[in-house]
Amino acid sequence: MKLHPMIAALRRHKAGVVLIALQIALTLAIVCNAVFIIGQRVQRVNRPTGLDEQNLYLVTQQWVGAPTGDDADSIQKMDAMQREDLAALRAMPDVASVTPTNSLPLLNQSSNGAMSLAADAKLLDGNARTTYYFGDENFVRTLGLHLVAGRDFNAGDVTNKGFRNTSEPAVVIVTKALADKLFPKGDAVGKIVYLDGSGTPTTIIGVVERLQVPSTGSWAGTFAWNATIEPVRLNGNFSSYAVRAKPGRLLAAMKTTTPLLYKVNPLRVLDDDSVKSFADIRSDAYRADVGMAALMGVICLILLGVTAAGIVGLTSFWVGQRHRQIGVRRALGARKVDILHYFQMENLLIAGIGAVVGVALAIGLNLLLMQHYEMDRMPVLYVLAGVVVVLLLGQGAVFSPARRASNVPPVVATRAA
Amino acid sequence: MFAYYFQLGLRSLRRNPALTALMVMAIGFGVAASMTTYSVFRAVSGNPIPDKSAQLFVPKVDNWGPQQNLKDNEPPDALDYVDAMALLRAHAAKRQTMLYQVMMSVMPGGDRELPLNANGYAVGSDFFAMFEVPFRYGGGWSAQDDDARAADVVISGELNRKVFAGENSVGRTINLGGHDYRVIGVTSHWNPQPRFYDLFDNNYFAGEPDIYMPFTRAMDLKMYPVGRNSCRGKLSYTTWEGFTQSNCVWISPWVELDSPAEVASYRNFLTNYAAEQQQAGRFNWAPNVRLRDVVQWLDYYQVVPPESSISLMVALGFFLICLVNTIGLLLAKFMRRAGEIGVRRALGATRSEIYAQYLIEAGTVGLAGGVLGLLLTALGVSGVGILFQPEIARLAQVDFSLMGLTLIVAIAATVLAAFYPAWRAAHVQPAWQLKAG
Repeated sequence: MKLHPMIAALRRHKAGVVLIALQIALTLAIVCNAVFIIGQRVQRVNRPTGLDEQNLYLVTQQWVGAPTGDDADSIQKMDAMQREDLAALRAMPDVASVTPTNSLPLLNQSSNGAMSLAADAKLLDGNARTTYYFGDENFVRTLGLHLVAGRDFNAGDVTNKGFRNTSEPAVVIVTKALADKLFPKGDAVGKIVYLDGSGTPTTIIGVVERLQVPSTGSWAGTFAWNATIEPVRLNGNFSSYAVRAKPGRLLAAMKTTTPLLYKVNPLRVLDDDSVKSFADIRSDAYRADVGMAALMGVICLILLGVTAAGIVGLTSFWVGQRHRQIGVRRALGARKVDILHYFQMENLLIAGIGAVVGVALAIGLNLLLMQHYEMDRMPVLYVLAGVVVVLLLGQGAVFSPARRASNVPPVVATRAA
Repeated sequence: MFAYYFQLGLRSLRRNPALTALMVMAIGFGVAASMTTYSVFRAVSGNPIPDKSAQLFVPKVDNWGPQQNLKDNEPPDALDYVDAMALLRAHAAKRQTMLYQVMMSVMPGGDRELPLNANGYAVGSDFFAMFEVPFRYGGGWSAQDDDARAADVVISGELNRKVFAGENSVGRTINLGGHDYRVIGVTSHWNPQPRFYDLFDNNYFAGEPDIYMPFTRAMDLKMYPVGRNSCRGKLSYTTWEGFTQSNCVWISPWVELDSPAEVASYRNFLTNYAAEQQQAGRFNWAPNVRLRDVVQWLDYYQVVPPESSISLMVALGFFLICLVNTIGLLLAKFMRRAGEIGVRRALGATRSEIYAQYLIEAGTVGLAGGVLGLLLTALGVSGVGILFQPEIARLAQVDFSLMGLTLIVAIAATVLAAFYPAWRAAHVQPAWQLKAG
């Protein structure tokens, strides 16, 4: 088929051609970027935290009228209250294991610092940034972490201190990511490190496979898997406990937790959010990501629909306008399929022009988003896939009007002008 | 004539239902998507204190030094204890307050068996006047109470309802964290969004605070901050005294400055203060201070969540495509009636009359699209909760201004989109149409 007559015909419909091409270009630009955003969000949401998330919940509470001082007496009183809570939780029939903790992955409350290989290093000169988790000998088991080297904490390792006390522990367990950063040879167990520029040595006794930091913010992205677990019960006038329920008993355990704690000691505040399953923590942490992906998905679908509808509308109009010419061509010997192909080719041509402009717009939009928001560069694959999609969309949209055109009978040519 | 053209427009909507439905839906969806995201954007990017945002300033003093500062040698976002006390004592502004977050609990009493949480702020006496806090009963405390470290407290209407059943509780006693306080004022609902006065703690869209207590009193009680506390270097403090002498920043300062001259002189004061500290050997770097008003402070903190502005951009792009689509469909719709236009023109209608007719027709399409858009916007706003945290979703509301805006945008955009198709319609050659038709 020759393109020349087609281009000549399109010249007579400049406005329509420009509109369809523009629409395809804009659709391509937005859909590519939207799908890219969806992909990124989905990837983020699906990152495993390293925990066994099922049957896990968190209890956060605050005592009222508890001592607030940093003196040894107050600390020991607060520790006794904490141990009382732990014992009560552990005695629950639906509970498998309990650990005190300062935070959990995705909770966005964190205590962060740096780990150094040398003593008394300046904080900024640390060898790796890390987040700190504080728990007891049940921490690894309760959270369902996988120990890949060394040993777990035992009861003898566990100490307690006031939460403002900055002294460093004798032993820690670190994540594999952190261990590999500090000791690339993979022999971290038994090595000495220094926390937060301290002069006190700390020994790494174990390595867990994976444990995410509490913060999901982009600022923590550089050390998202560097976590250090200290065998320390932190004492303050508040506390939180990670609880693993027996399989299938999560709801039952959660329901009895609040009354139980009030029975242990009524002078405390537990609100609606105080007993929270890890599934809820996860959905809260990623609410914006999931919502964003859903919004983008809906917008993409509607956008493709609107663009297809626009193409159908304008092409139908052209078919109506060229009714007689089509009849003439048919009378002069063109087959039905020639007419069909004519309109399909025409659409391919317009959509092709639109796609070329759209590729430029898509990349431009991506650059703009990169500049203003924390967005990565879009891989070329997305743009190419987008081009294929809009070309197919054009073909799909043009099919029905083109078939109508091909059904115009040759006799139309002979009818009165 | 307008009414007649409007009727014609309605009639033409019915004549070509598929094409009309396409246009109305394109406009409806486009407007709804833009308006829904705009409602969120408006809620989060609004000025929380429009009448005073140019008089309230956050001073910053660099107590960390260029080695440990934030990006681009930006000083820390709050003050440490030493600088906060020095600025308070100097009193270089007409009004000033230091503030930080405190958390206490109300002891059980009356018919309440369980304690309540009472979160709030330790503030100076100027706080209430500076931020225009509305009172239902009583008022704030005085500067003398600041100096006397009085056990006074201002409570929220909500806490007053829980503890005192909503009665006028001024003068009564409330036990907070084991200490008795005298209620001196009860606020009406006051919770500016975003919470501009405490961006440091990142609770931009938190619920209303329950209590406000004198900053000086909180110092006496050695109340550690429950909000953010940001430190540099090796930490070695073990006591409150050690903490207050550390480089940890946790106090948000505010000053009220009424004129450019006052701003300039306060800036000088800050620079001089930092220079004195350098001379005294406390800082070994040149003065590095900042003074930002409310709008600049919100900007600096990038309070508007990225979800909100990205989705606004995407929605605007979406709307643009819908408009391009509408231009195309209107063109098809109008040009189909070229014969009809030819007849009207031949019978003496002027071009401007053709213009008027078709623009009004487009307006009716826009109106229909706007009505659909209104319904979809209402639906969209109620679904905002899936995209944003509940704290933000709560702020997005359908009100009269949003409804009006939706209709106006839909009609104006459609009429704008109709200019080119209407121009083409007006330039139909009557003679040619009559001959060809």
